[in-house]
Amino acid sequence: MTDREPFIQFEQVGKTYVTLDGETTALENINFHVFRGEFVTLLGPSGCGKSTILSLLAGLIKPTGGTVLIEQKPVTSPSRKIGYMLQQDYLLNWRTIEQNILLGLEIQRQINDANREYALKLLDEMGLSDYRNYYPGQLSGGMRQRVALTRTLATRPDILLLDEPFSALDFTTRLRLEDLVVKTLRKHKKTAILVTHDISEAIAMSDRILILTGRPGQIKSEIHIPSALRDPLPFYSRDLPEFQNYFQNIWKVMNRDE
Amino acid sequence: MNKTAKTGLFEKYLTRGAESSIHAAYLKKYRINRILVRLTQIFLLFAFLLLWETASHKQWINQLLFSSPSEIWSLFVSMLLGGELTVHITATLLETILGFFLGTLFGTLAAVGIWWSRFVSDVVDPYLVVLNGMPKVALGPIFIVAFGGGYGAIIAMGVAISVIITTIVVYTSFREVDPNYIKLARTFGASKSQIFQKVIFPASFPTIISTLKVNVGLAWVGIIVGEFLVSKFGLGYLIIYGFQVFNFTLVYVSLFIIAICATFMYQAVVSLEKHLLKQRD
Ligand SMILES: Nc1ncnc2c1ncn2[C@@H]1O[C@H](COP(=O)(O)OP(=O)(O)OP(=O)(O)O)[C@@H](O)[C@H]1O
Ligand SMILES: [Mg+2]
Repeated sequence: MTDREPFIQFEQVGKTYVTLDGETTALENINFHVFRGEFVTLLGPSGCGKSTILSLLAGLIKPTGGTVLIEQKPVTSPSRKIGYMLQQDYLLNWRTIEQNILLGLEIQRQINDANREYALKLLDEMGLSDYRNYYPGQLSGGMRQRVALTRTLATRPDILLLDEPFSALDFTTRLRLEDLVVKTLRKHKKTAILVTHDISEAIAMSDRILILTGRPGQIKSEIHIPSALRDPLPFYSRDLPEFQNYFQNIWKVMNRDE
Repeated sequence: MNKTAKTGLFEKYLTRGAESSIHAAYLKKYRINRILVRLTQIFLLFAFLLLWETASHKQWINQLLFSSPSEIWSLFVSMLLGGELTVHITATLLETILGFFLGTLFGTLAAVGIWWSRFVSDVVDPYLVVLNGMPKVALGPIFIVAFGGGYGAIIAMGVAISVIITTIVVYTSFREVDPNYIKLARTFGASKSQIFQKVIFPASFPTIISTLKVNVGLAWVGIIVGEFLVSKFGLGYLIIYGFQVFNFTLVYVSLFIIAICATFMYQAVVSLEKHLLKQRD
């Protein structure tokens, strides 16, 4: 692992938000890296700066200290390498499903037959090709989230940022979508960073987990998931005996007083 | 027997489309109520007209001031046949449509400009509040001097009365779009104009359409007042003229035509709204 070049690097990154009321230090001294093709999860309590880390990486905001690098180059503005799935689906209700999944391509002026076909193929992989002419209001929460995933993948990003993409869904839908996301990302060889505060979800889906402390967020611990838990789809790894051990461990780390 | 056949038919109408006996009872109750409402409305209208006619005939009310439905009708018919009415109606309708259209357009454009720059929006905010609070018809004399005593001044009045409120309402709706939609567009690298085109404008479109409904009414106010002040044509002019020569029958003819035209315009905007927004929930 050591001889590989990191794909994403956070070096001494800090972020302090300033408003009229004062300042909030969301992140302090964040250091980590992610290799190409890895699935890394950021696990931490609410308000510890998880979404901030993703926004920094997506180039939506600038760090107040340190540097964020993708392929050794500092991030300065939104990049086409990145696909960002927000905490909710944010589908545009005046567009059909097909028009929704083409939004990113439209903004990037990449609409052509090949790309449109690719987007529709992805929609098909999500099992939604029958719904291309529907409107978001006619779809269930799980379907809408799958459309949002299709929209994110349609611009062919190398890196996927997933900000609690399942938090608004019921448990069954959530389990199904976890499998679908892992399967799809593996198939398309994407690098992914998932944000969650659900320990089981983190173990079931990722290769590596970074546990963050409460505000200001700092990385408290790093946990490598063994291939026995990594290789099966999330639904099956939840059933393995090691799963419980990891759950207990992480639970302890997260609740350890500092 | 004939009678039972007839009631059977009526019963069928009342319960048509029912899926069960409870549903049938519900539909029946709903439809009977609807029929009663309509009948009462028609009855009230006729009763009112009849009362008005009788009162006028028997001199219970001042004939000169209140005229009567039959006189209003016969003046209407003779003016229509004489062709002069069409000229007045056309003039007023064109002015109103233009005032309405331009007021909405300018108001929306101003809102876009203000949205574009936070600084501009902060600067103009108190001015908008003052302008909005000011009664626009008070500007009449200034418009007459500025645009001459013709259509220009009248249309300016129609625009003035709706443009500020449109700016405020549309700008507010731009501001109220969930910032996460903007964030979403930015993750794809959207520029400010793309954010506006792809997200802000379509998201606010229902609000813009609903200001149309308000603006239809406002444009009528502006245009009629404008015609009171300067015009030689139009329904507003007919009202003022009728008043000056003490021909109140003419005033009533104009009033009824205005009521009918305004209703039709409003309904047209409502069905436009339905058509344009039918896919949204
Ligand atoms: N634009 C902003 N202005 C000021 N403070 C902010 C802003 N965005 C976030 N914060 C603050 O920074 C801290 C971290 O926010 P962030 O959204 O990154 O947390 P999070 O870990 O994603 O939380 P959650 O699990 O609730 O989504 C919070 O305390 C929040 O109040
Ligand atoms: Mg968050």
